[in-house]
Amino acid sequence: MNFHHRIAAIVSKELHQLARDQMTFAMIVMIPLVQLLLFGYAINTDVRHLPAGLVNQSHSAYARLLANSVEATQVVQFHHHYTSVKAAEQAITRGEVRAVLILPQDFTERLAQGKTLGREQPPVNAMDRPEQRPAAQWLVDGSDTMITAAIRGLRNMPLDELVDREVYQPVPSFEMVPYFNPEQRNVVNIAPGLVAVILSMTMIMFTSASLVREREQGNMEFLITTPVRPLELMIGKIIPFVFVGLVQAGIVLALSHWVFRVPINGSLLTIGIATLLFIMASLVLGLLISIRAQTQLQAMQMTFFILLPSILLSGFMFPYEAMPVAAQWIAEVLPATHFVRTIRGVVLRDADLGDLMPDISWLIAFALLGLLLAALRFNKRLD
Amino acid sequence: MTSPAIVTKGMSRYFGDHKAVDGVDLNIPSGSIYGFLGPNGCGKSTSIRMLTGLLTPTRGSVKVLGYELPHQAEALRVRIGYMTQKFSLYADLTVRENLYFVGRIYNLSGKVLRARVDELMVLYHLEAIDKQLAGSLSGGQKQRLALAAATIHDPDLLFLDEPTSAVDPENRREFWERLFDLCGEGKTILVSTHYMDEAERCHGLAILENGIKRADGSPQALMQRMGANVIEIDGGNNQLRQLKNQLIARPEIISAAQLGTRLRVLVSSEVPQPLIYLSKQLGRDEQKAQRRLQQVRPSLEDVFVTCTGNRNEFSP
Ligand SMILES: Nc1ncnc2c1ncn2[C@@H]1O[C@H](COP(=O)(O)OP(=O)(O)OP(=O)(O)O)[C@@H](O)[C@H]1O
Ligand SMILES: [Mg+2]
Repeated sequence: MNFHHRIAAIVSKELHQLARDQMTFAMIVMIPLVQLLLFGYAINTDVRHLPAGLVNQSHSAYARLLANSVEATQVVQFHHHYTSVKAAEQAITRGEVRAVLILPQDFTERLAQGKTLGREQPPVNAMDRPEQRPAAQWLVDGSDTMITAAIRGLRNMPLDELVDREVYQPVPSFEMVPYFNPEQRNVVNIAPGLVAVILSMTMIMFTSASLVREREQGNMEFLITTPVRPLELMIGKIIPFVFVGLVQAGIVLALSHWVFRVPINGSLLTIGIATLLFIMASLVLGLLISIRAQTQLQAMQMTFFILLPSILLSGFMFPYEAMPVAAQWIAEVLPATHFVRTIRGVVLRDADLGDLMPDISWLIAFALLGLLLAALRFNKRLD
Repeated sequence: MTSPAIVTKGMSRYFGDHKAVDGVDLNIPSGSIYGFLGPNGCGKSTSIRMLTGLLTPTRGSVKVLGYELPHQAEALRVRIGYMTQKFSLYADLTVRENLYFVGRIYNLSGKVLRARVDELMVLYHLEAIDKQLAGSLSGGQKQRLALAAATIHDPDLLFLDEPTSAVDPENRREFWERLFDLCGEGKTILVSTHYMDEAERCHGLAILENGIKRADGSPQALMQRMGANVIEIDGGNNQLRQLKNQLIARPEIISAAQLGTRLRVLVSSEVPQPLIYLSKQLGRDEQKAQRRLQQVRPSLEDVFVTCTGNRNEFSP
């Protein structure tokens, strides 16, 4: 009786404080909203309209044709023309252009030799043509691998049409059927993962600040002279933010579904349960930080210490399987990793709780043990 | 009212090498107002924190309302109220919300809680500001709210750490009226202060300096037992400062403080005839004729100065 009475007192106190803090209140809605729109629209691995330069030493009609058809791919746009390779290199260094296409003087001859430029050569005649050189050259600012990959994609551009030859189309060795995301849109994979990132961010932040703030503002000295028990305090601090977390997850998933046409294949109940567990694990993680930290600044730093690996290693950014083993171990400890797996599983593949048992049980264990640890570590003393 | 509310033996708290409280013995009877008097940093707050179970004593035993501290602190908590030196209620809650929160934490609920909060609102003149945020209250209003919160669960023992430091004299008087009311209800109150007039209102008093208890007893007893005689030298206000400097250089003179045209001199009680002794010190010149010496009743401040061996260089 007393137990939940005091928890209710803390919950209602937290809600009053939250309601009065309009900035925080606005952020609860703005963070998921803006982040989803940003990730949904802005993050794009389809590289387009790269500023590029052209060094045309050939001056033939073919050269102009080639430049036009390269631009037609929309990968690059020739903003600048340079007279020498040296000038082009300097332009890349200056950051004026990301790549430069060099068409050599003997471009027309190379083309006319009947080379199938850039394309895999038909295996039949491979031995007959020992001296084959590509018709032109790309210089690329290789620091960004995404840009390099885009230009590399151009390498195999078929040029047969250019010289009026029959278009050669090799048969692929494999056929591919992409399940769950047939149109291969990035946002389908990103949106559910974004629920994990946003919840990690806001949930850990809320609770990591809460106990330290009371300590910094002097409330703690009074609070610990009252009969309130550590576990009551911890639970009371968590409950209001559970609802905040559910609202945020709801905003992200609803927007993804309606604005970005992300399919919600799993049941809402399963999604709700998984999200609830992750919210609790994150809030508890925040509490542990809050007990450790002496100041709000320290709490903030520790939050970021957890947040970055949660974003980078959880599988949200890069596939978990592609990471080195050591990074996978770290990832396994973080609740975010388990939730990214769970939420993608439920939302995209309609996996049920049984399929996701290892991750689900890990989240449960993390939340419960963390809560217990927080209650034990919280000292109702000043020393 | 038989057993004492607070008993400590050799209560000490060190922070590293620094002895914030050092070997303090206390015996505070139930139903009284007891004062901790001492300058900044003398260990008043540290002592109160040990008595409320918030700090573990480095050494010594502490027994409050029959509970051994620190390990029985949890059982003690429902029976004590603590008003911290720094305002410790929630600045972003209203007056009423703060009181409701504290009441519920102390297990009050429903009608009882509402009735108690309303009662305190009236008692501490908080009705007019019940919807104001606690952070925006004046010093006096904050203090009234803090006292209301500390007494909401009707505790037997109240700890008030410098409760009147941000309060004007008018409000201070009223505040002390409330303390006497509470005391009249049978509660024990321990209050720390550095105001002499407040200390004089206490039933019992401990004078602390550098973590050490220099003296204790009722203010009257302290004044009687004081190891010094108080003599005021009046008149001839020119060269009074020079005289003062001349006097405090002597080992028998504990302190000399200028009060307007008078010099208040504490002469050690080891000097058998302080008036004669002092008049010898005045020298021979024509100014001596203008000066009149008179032995006066000691005040608590004199006790304080004598106890702390603090040669009082400034007027209060
Ligand atoms: N947590 C702590 N760590 C180190 N030193 C401390 C700590 N708390 C108090 N002290 C030191 O102990 C001494 C006593 O401090 P305390 O706060 O008890 O003084 P006080 O009598 O309450 O003073 P004031 O009238 O200014 O409130 C001071 O010298 C202070 O610097
Ligand atoms: Mg103090």
